[in-house]
Amino acid sequence: MTESNGEKRMALIASKGTLDWAYPPFILASTAAAMEMEVGIFFTFYGLTLLTKDIKPKVAPHTNPAMPMKMPFGPEGFQQIEWSMPNVLMGNIPGFETMATSLMKQTFKNKGVATIEELRDICLESGVKLIGCQMTMDVFGFNKNDFVDGVDIGGAATFLEFAADADIQLFV
Amino acid sequence: MSDYNADSQLDCSGLNCPLPVLKTKKAMDDLASGQVLKMVSTDPGSLNDIAAWVKRTGNELLESIAEDGHFTFYLKKS
Repeated sequence: MTESNGEKRMALIASKGTLDWAYPPFILASTAAAMEMEVGIFFTFYGLTLLTKDIKPKVAPHTNPAMPMKMPFGPEGFQQIEWSMPNVLMGNIPGFETMATSLMKQTFKNKGVATIEELRDICLESGVKLIGCQMTMDVFGFNKNDFVDGVDIGGAATFLEFAADADIQLFV
Repeated sequence: MSDYNADSQLDCSGLNCPLPVLKTKKAMDDLASGQVLKMVSTDPGSLNDIAAWVKRTGNELLESIAEDGHFTFYLKKS
């Protein structure tokens, strides 16, 4: 890869593929690029799915007792109600995950938050390096055609060579 | 009230982090050095975020005004 050219550099590892964990790497990367930093994201394990052309990240309410359960519609008072639900139930009701995902997406939309696809497009337009993990591709059966255009493929050494000169390194 | 001559205007009302910064960056890219962008947002976080963005990119924040849940920024391209 490239020698650092005096700009700040940020290196991220994106290892998770749920909706909530898809946001941090794309928000940070697009913003860092807007702040004239050089940015690379290494997508590995479940994070690799964020590179596919058609991404459908879901939230996983089960085993996540910290997740606020609120409705994105109705009067203000109704929206503030916390629908507390035993965690063990959430994991066992069929369709619960799909419902929680669509409610969260609606909440994001209501609050003017960009979609993952929009943020990923901005990353690509602004020159963020998106690196897919070759080993994970082999393990999960992905090939480069499954990914959006502009994705590089590499392994641990590819990432580390880039990250060695980074001012910010985060594992997400 | 301020009275800078804005060469360009951007409305980020209703948008949340990080869109006001991303759209501001894009709008500033289209300006020539010395030109001024007027940006309006409703995201309270944009007060600190735009200040941070300016610090990093070397552009100038001429003024930021907070009133009635709206935040108005005058940004001069470096």
